[in-house]
Amino acid sequence: MNIITIEHIAKIYQVGTEEVRALSDVSLKIDANEYVAIMGPSGSGKSTLMNILGCLDTPTKGKYDFTGVNVSEMNDNELAQIRNEKIGFVFQTFNLLPRSTALHNVELPLIYAGIPTVERRERAEAALENVGLSDRMTHKPNELSGGQRQRVAVARALVTKPSIILADEPTGNLDTKTGEDIMYLFNEIYEQGNTIILVTHEEYIAEHANRIIRVRDGLVESDLQVDNRKIPEKRVEQTEEG
Amino acid sequence: MKNYLFELKEGLIISFRAIRANKIRSVLTTLGIIIGVWAVVVMSTAVKGIDQAFQTGVASLGSDNLYIDKWAWFNNDIPWWELRNRENIQMEDFEKFKDLAKLPLAVAPTLMTRQTISQEGNKVEFTLITGTNADYVKTTNLNFEDGRFFSQLESDGARAVCVLGYTVANQLFPMGYPIGQYVKIKGKKVKVVGVLEEQGSWVMGDFNPDNQVYLPIGIIHKYFQNETWGSVTINVRAPNSLMVEDVKEEAIGVMRRVRGLTYDQKNDFSVNQQEGLLTNINETIGVIQIAGYFITGLSLFVGAIGIMNIMFVSVKERTKEIGIRKAIGAKKRAILGQFISESAVICLIGGMLGLLLAIVTSLIINQYLPTTIQEDAVILAVVISLITGILSGFAPAYTAAKMDPVEALRYE
Repeated sequence: MNIITIEHIAKIYQVGTEEVRALSDVSLKIDANEYVAIMGPSGSGKSTLMNILGCLDTPTKGKYDFTGVNVSEMNDNELAQIRNEKIGFVFQTFNLLPRSTALHNVELPLIYAGIPTVERRERAEAALENVGLSDRMTHKPNELSGGQRQRVAVARALVTKPSIILADEPTGNLDTKTGEDIMYLFNEIYEQGNTIILVTHEEYIAEHANRIIRVRDGLVESDLQVDNRKIPEKRVEQTEEG
Repeated sequence: MKNYLFELKEGLIISFRAIRANKIRSVLTTLGIIIGVWAVVVMSTAVKGIDQAFQTGVASLGSDNLYIDKWAWFNNDIPWWELRNRENIQMEDFEKFKDLAKLPLAVAPTLMTRQTISQEGNKVEFTLITGTNADYVKTTNLNFEDGRFFSQLESDGARAVCVLGYTVANQLFPMGYPIGQYVKIKGKKVKVVGVLEEQGSWVMGDFNPDNQVYLPIGIIHKYFQNETWGSVTINVRAPNSLMVEDVKEEAIGVMRRVRGLTYDQKNDFSVNQQEGLLTNINETIGVIQIAGYFITGLSLFVGAIGIMNIMFVSVKERTKEIGIRKAIGAKKRAILGQFISESAVICLIGGMLGLLLAIVTSLIINQYLPTTIQEDAVILAVVISLITGILSGFAPAYTAAKMDPVEALRYE
């Protein structure tokens, strides 16, 4: 079943009198339980594509069908609800609330979903346990290492049981070893049956996916299946540095 | 509905966190609201106190009383020289009036003078002395701290006895027991037979019974004749307030007969009433109230602008946070609610502090005005600070709510 179907999507910005086509004409289909990497140099339109896929932005032209719903003409509040219920975001800069504990950060999407306090707490705790942070729940982001912060962000993305996980350069701010841990975590998530869309410009990271879509100049340059995707190995030593 | 509650709770938690994180800024911002709420509460309490003081002060005159006088208390149409040229009201006029007037409950003459009164080393200068007779008590609401008013015999016989107002008595006898003691008025020894209960209100000034001394009118005639105000005032008390108008009608008719006025002659006396005084006072208080609310309202407004300003800064600073919240599904109303509740919480805290300050201030005001802060002042403080918070938080919250999540996330 297709989770994502986009047809002839374009995103055009008006800068002064000039038209800037961030995306010219993109069509894609993404199935459930795919592990897709979107690659492209900066200025290629991959960020715009990611924003549209993540329902943070709407296309100027074309149709976006997400889990059987046409989201290309939704208003801000409807999009917010879709993001809340069906999309889990993981960002390069983690984007945690600095003054809130790890637990509260993970609870946040559930608050906006209106989940009762007790259930909310249980689910947030379970999500943190899932990413191996059961002993860090009451820590604030500045008391956690980079890898731990990203794992809190992953827990926050997973806690609503979304249809897709959208990760934007999730290892960009981490050292290689910590990045590998995060990729190991993503692999686990994928193997549990989740759909992951990974935006990256690093070939090495993209190779973890089973499909790589390359974007250039607002168009899809290539869309290929990966035959031998990289399976990350669990590191024996779980030492973490910022 | 449930969502609103969660979002509200989340909004409150965030507000407290944000306030704690920016302590100095929050305190400074709140200062405007503290002062605003303080001013409004103190103002409303003070106005109420002034009003109450005037009402009780005037009430001590008695609402059933009329004062037949050469002078008019509130004079809008009679030229002053006409008043001056009126003939003084004499004791004979009073005697005739007393015989002819049937409706009043009691009538009494009063004649004022100012004298220095002393006892041993203590003296009170320029004290207002009212000369009257034994019926005077029946025309007033005075109560006695100690002793009694002078009797019919004492007043008719112009005995050297006096009744002291509460303040005068305290000044002349700081320690001692005044009843039965002697005071000197212009060298005359006068025996104290009574001390009045404290009236408390400062409104009537020297006319407050607290600051007066009462003597038999005969004594005044005998010793101070040339130092009086010349004209006797006739105090008339109606049996009840419903009859005041009838008593007034009769009093005018009787006085015209006493003065021997023909039908085409104008009254050469005035019938004064507390009511006129009250109307005047109410007008004055009304003006004070409007001016007061305007000025205090202005200070609150300045405070509100401060809050709005700081909320705009706070929204700008937290653009990234707003982006994160929107990305994970916060709707517009959740963001709106978050910032409005933050501003409301700041204002509410400010309002409570302002109220606290106002309570302290009212304890000081209480020394001069018979008033204390009541529940309505508390409600007033809560309501105005909440409204101020919501109104001044709205515009910044709205800017936050309509931010584009993509832009907001990119903000560093």
